[in-house]
Amino acid sequence: MNPGHNKHTRRRPAGVRRLYTAALILLGLTLALPGAEAVETRSITDTTVALPTVEKLVRVLSFDDYNLRVVALGSMMLGIAAGIVGSFMLLRRRALMGDAISHATLPGIGVAFLVMTSYGGSGKFLPGLLTGALVFGMIGMGLVLLIRTQTRLKEDAALGIVLSVFFGLGVALLGIIQQLNVGHAAGLESFIYGKTASMLASDAWLIGAAALVVIFLATIFFKEFSLVCFDQDYSNAQGRPSVKLDIIMMSLVVVVTVIGLQAVGLILMIALLIIPAAAARFWTYKLGRLILIAALIGEVSCLLGACISALAPRIPAGAVIVVVATGLFIISMIFGSARGVVHGTARHRRVRRTVERQHLLRALFEWNEEHAVPGKPATDAVVRSGMPLGELMQEQSWTHGVLRRAMRRARRDDLIRTGGGGRVQLTIEGLAAAERVVRNHRLWETYLITHADIAPIHVDSNADQIEHVLGHAMVAELERLSASEFPGRVVPPSPHVITRTARPAATGGGT
Amino acid sequence: MAITGILSRERAEDRTLGTEHPENAPLSIDDMTVAYHHKPVLWDIEYDAPEKKLIGIIGPNGAGKSTLIKSVLDLVPRASGRVLIYGHPYAQQRHLVGYVPQRESVDWDFPVTALDVVTMGRYAKIGWCRPVTRTHREAARNAMDRVGMADYASRQISQLSGGQQQRIFLARALVQDAQLYFMDEPFSGVDAATEKAIITLLQDLLANGKTVLCVHHDLQTVPEYFDEVVLLNMRIVAAGPTRDVFTPEMLQKTYGGKLTLLDEAGHALARARRR
Repeated sequence: MNPGHNKHTRRRPAGVRRLYTAALILLGLTLALPGAEAVETRSITDTTVALPTVEKLVRVLSFDDYNLRVVALGSMMLGIAAGIVGSFMLLRRRALMGDAISHATLPGIGVAFLVMTSYGGSGKFLPGLLTGALVFGMIGMGLVLLIRTQTRLKEDAALGIVLSVFFGLGVALLGIIQQLNVGHAAGLESFIYGKTASMLASDAWLIGAAALVVIFLATIFFKEFSLVCFDQDYSNAQGRPSVKLDIIMMSLVVVVTVIGLQAVGLILMIALLIIPAAAARFWTYKLGRLILIAALIGEVSCLLGACISALAPRIPAGAVIVVVATGLFIISMIFGSARGVVHGTARHRRVRRTVERQHLLRALFEWNEEHAVPGKPATDAVVRSGMPLGELMQEQSWTHGVLRRAMRRARRDDLIRTGGGGRVQLTIEGLAAAERVVRNHRLWETYLITHADIAPIHVDSNADQIEHVLGHAMVAELERLSASEFPGRVVPPSPHVITRTARPAATGGGT
Repeated sequence: MAITGILSRERAEDRTLGTEHPENAPLSIDDMTVAYHHKPVLWDIEYDAPEKKLIGIIGPNGAGKSTLIKSVLDLVPRASGRVLIYGHPYAQQRHLVGYVPQRESVDWDFPVTALDVVTMGRYAKIGWCRPVTRTHREAARNAMDRVGMADYASRQISQLSGGQQQRIFLARALVQDAQLYFMDEPFSGVDAATEKAIITLLQDLLANGKTVLCVHHDLQTVPEYFDEVVLLNMRIVAAGPTRDVFTPEMLQKTYGGKLTLLDEAGHALARARRR
């Protein structure tokens, strides 16, 4: 037990170090990739310059590659922030809160535009627009929390009300602005679908800086967020009020949403918050890693989205980002190493095969035991005669197909032989393996009889299921336990009478 | 204004004089009423927990057993009344109180390991926004060892059995190193091994001078597990040493109207009579 302890204490810092290394590499990628991307994209931008729609892009990219680089960097920071904040949101079961918040920002943009133009400034000054969005996002969030706590309406109703009312208000406001014909209102709709192409380097710096603050705060509150996500009552009892933490967490969601408006657009912002986090769950059972993977997926999605949108401004950036993220989600769902479909199926099959093999070996071993010469252990001579296939068939509740498959695999691994007259024999290795299986089985049965108050008649079926998940440590402990009771025997005698006839050779694939 | 001020002060003095709460009882509840949306759940609760005892909170379904604990821990708002932990409000005494919520109250599919959950018991001690250090993780490992879960530290919590999950919750409370523990049905739905582990742990806590209040469902085991009982059915029916309070008459009073539980109560009554 002690060496295990030491191993753990040593392994953990290494794991943490690995996480930090991964984070550093991530940052490195952030800095290195845009450069490579920029070199690569220049030729492609050159070919598309011929298209009239790109004139604007060229004007926007007055800083040449530098601009694209900064925009890509800003987008990536946004993706990382969205992945991290989205993970907590998902675990807090507040995933749809992001949707309500993002829709609530639209009237803020309209109001900010009107205010700025009425004071004679440019209506399209991004920090101003985003401030408006931020204010309305916060108001939307506050309203959801207020409706939930002050009325008896449930969260989904609160979300629906805030989302539709604010979005409707925003659409109406933008319509009025178009009618008024003040300033250069064209382009405000790009906040709905997202348009990285219209992003300036200064915008990207702003977005990147805000994202960095969000990432910093999410890291600082990692401990508290994870506690409130897992166990709200306990968090409250520990003096970590869930209401306060919710407000901090949702404020981070508001900030991420607001800085994502330009790149992703408000309609699809929710996808950037949820999809990376949901995809990451297929890869890990650990919270730290989950957040790191979600950040990575968000980053890659935003990078590709930004680049494609910069090259082809007619494709909405939000759509590209969501398509990339969805692609990564599907890959995760299928190939994910923790909960992926392929992994799950493989593991399920492995367990089933182990169970089938153990049933086969045990049946053969117990037959040998029964037919051994009294007083002598199951020698090679006894083994050689073998168990008739017909009897084996009746032994367990397995079908022909299952038995044949289990036998084929056992034969392939040289555990059994089929002799003449349809008799099945254990090989020497097979006997060793069977001994181990039966011993585990009987140790467990002994444990259940002596330690848990279970009637011996129920033990057999229970042990059948449990021995397959029994760990080595537990087996060792049980061995020690029964060593005193049966000294000198590898396989202790069955603690109950083995009944053959009682088992139905019925349907179903075993236990 | 002045008159009402004097009056209310007088009334407050009257109350403190009249009930005579011991100075430093681990838990002292004074005239507490709790309501969910106009529907009262607990009425006029007056209770002082004796120190260094294992106390069972017993009562039928819907009697407000969990609510009692939750209102003491400020998780459920009180309509009236005052709760003191060792003479001070809970907000000032959090570090003295360990809490084991019902196992079903959380999502065990959450992506953390058993050790992570136990370490959560130290978060308040670690402080806001500070990282978990090795000392705290060592403390968490020790607590896991005490409930026989040392080998499961790096297990994902969804891979643990119900009993093991319960023991993880106990370890999380242990790592708080508190004086007073509140446990909400720690024995419900656990295997024999866990039941034994919990009993050993409770005795261990008692031997170390701790006080434990435990919501309990199984009447059969009450006399075996607890020194003191609180019989609760929206009001406190009786409270005191198990020998004096856990009587057929008191149980009848507590469970009387609840037809569904008569059977269970009947069994316990029979046992209590036999003693």
